[in-house]
Amino acid sequence: MVALAEKAVRQKTSRFQFILDRPTVLGPLFVSPAILYVFALVGLPFLLAIYYSVSAYTIYSQSYRFVGLRNFIDIVQNPIFLQTLVNTFIFTFGSQIIGLILGKFGALLLLRPFPGRKLVRGLIILPWAVPVALATVAWQWMFDSLYSVINWTLIAMGLLTRADAPNWLGNPHLAMLCVIIINGWRFFPFAIVIFLAGITAIPQDVLDAATVDGAGFWRRNYQIILPMIAPIVVVGLVFGIVFTFTDLSIVYLLTNGGPVNATSVLGFEGFQVGIVSGDVAHGAAISLFMLPVLFVLTIVMLRAIRRQEI
Amino acid sequence: MSLALPRRVARRSRVQVLVAAVVRESFFYAAVVFFVVIAAFPFYWMLITAFKQNSDLYNLASIPFWFSEAPTLEHIRYLFEQTLFARWLLNSAVIGVCVTAITLVTALPAGYSLARMTGRSGEALGIGVFMTYLVPPTLLFLPLSRVITILGLQDSMWSLVLVYPTFTIPFCTWLMMGFFKSVPREIEEAAIVDGCSILGAFIKMVLPVSVPGILTIVIFTFTLTLQEFVYALTFISSSAQKTITLGVATDLVRGDIYFWGELMAGALIASVPVAIAYNLFLDRFIAGITGGAVK
Repeated sequence: MVALAEKAVRQKTSRFQFILDRPTVLGPLFVSPAILYVFALVGLPFLLAIYYSVSAYTIYSQSYRFVGLRNFIDIVQNPIFLQTLVNTFIFTFGSQIIGLILGKFGALLLLRPFPGRKLVRGLIILPWAVPVALATVAWQWMFDSLYSVINWTLIAMGLLTRADAPNWLGNPHLAMLCVIIINGWRFFPFAIVIFLAGITAIPQDVLDAATVDGAGFWRRNYQIILPMIAPIVVVGLVFGIVFTFTDLSIVYLLTNGGPVNATSVLGFEGFQVGIVSGDVAHGAAISLFMLPVLFVLTIVMLRAIRRQEI
Repeated sequence: MSLALPRRVARRSRVQVLVAAVVRESFFYAAVVFFVVIAAFPFYWMLITAFKQNSDLYNLASIPFWFSEAPTLEHIRYLFEQTLFARWLLNSAVIGVCVTAITLVTALPAGYSLARMTGRSGEALGIGVFMTYLVPPTLLFLPLSRVITILGLQDSMWSLVLVYPTFTIPFCTWLMMGFFKSVPREIEEAAIVDGCSILGAFIKMVLPVSVPGILTIVIFTFTLTLQEFVYALTFISSSAQKTITLGVATDLVRGDIYFWGELMAGALIASVPVAIAYNLFLDRFIAGITGGAVK
């Protein structure tokens, strides 16, 4: 009965058998929808972005006239842009350092079994899981100029008086610090799980062998664990840097680039110029300043992936 | 460590060892508490703000960490009755379902093809597809908003259905590629010997055993669409078309005034499902992001 049914199916499909049976035909056929989708909506727009940056395109005069590097020259001569560029690096560097340090120590804690570890891990993962836009709104409330719970606590502890309580988002340096803290806070759970994934993948006998050979805690840490988890950490770090370097949501929601451009970053500036002001050509040129960094990171990532496979 | 311990025990008195252990343990748990407070406090703050009465919220004299007056459901009622909150929830659900469908239809065969049928070039192609996940929205939003205008989708949530697969497809293709590689080849070979075509073997044999992987990408596609902010902000301006994340973050501020009770209630309701889903599937997500090196 079963054999009969299968025979019937076979006969019905036999006309297309030459396609369905050949991996060389079916393989490309299977992969093409995904490739085409990504090519049409990432590849082509990417090329269009590059062309925008050397054109005079704005939403008011939609001309694709070629203007060479004039947009880039305009941008580089703008002191606000230079500040934006510096801000972007400070923002990225600062928040990744916070993320890495908290991530490394958090991973060491979670490595050890203890009652309630699953729950603790679930709570610690929250900043990475919850949409960053929503978490930023919560932080904005915590940094409120009048009702800041942070200030309330500092005052209650006697460290501050109501009169000299800081206006977190109103002071240029503090605002930058806030933006960095939120982004570092957002990424440290990610760093923790990356470190954890790396460390738990190290075979226990390697560590035991090192212990027998007389390697202490720090020596095991730096000469065995760190080199072995380096590829995974690099991949995680590349993700962190890419998503931080190109982000605009935290800055947009928390400070709107202010006070006086103190927290403006590349993604935010590209949005302001290209979308809000409608100067698409200059906006695209600003966004393209991310490209060299992304390019370097991609190469780092590829090398890390290759090292993992060996 | 374990070898060195007995010698040290012998040298020290029992009490000293006990004290050292207690100190070490309390440091450990203090550190754990520190981490939990840092990570979770903003969410606790969301929770408590969402249920506080306004007079309690804006009272500097009372201790802010707990209720000084009775908790209230006023903010949540306001959200559902006076704002488009329910509409945003619906929008996000519709977008999530559509994007998940598009992603499944494209990423499942692509992942299978790259894992089984294209050999070494498949490996390179897979890495290439995954790399597009690194192309940031802030580089693409200008040309994509042009594309969306041409398609007549400006200021419509359907533009997000079109655009979100650009990052869910690369990610899920990569994830499924790793997953299909772990499926034993014998399963398909047996089916093919029994007279199935490769396509038939994929649908009848491989997909059923891949349900855990498929479930993972469904959950992650959904959470990625909920987390997305930049494209939604760029393409959508009318309130009725907003997603839950965009709506709560940008639409609940009336004039220049922040209504923190409603804002936090909205953020809380939108966060809870994502947080739960994420925790359940975290390990697979990490395995995917680290290139399947960790199994």
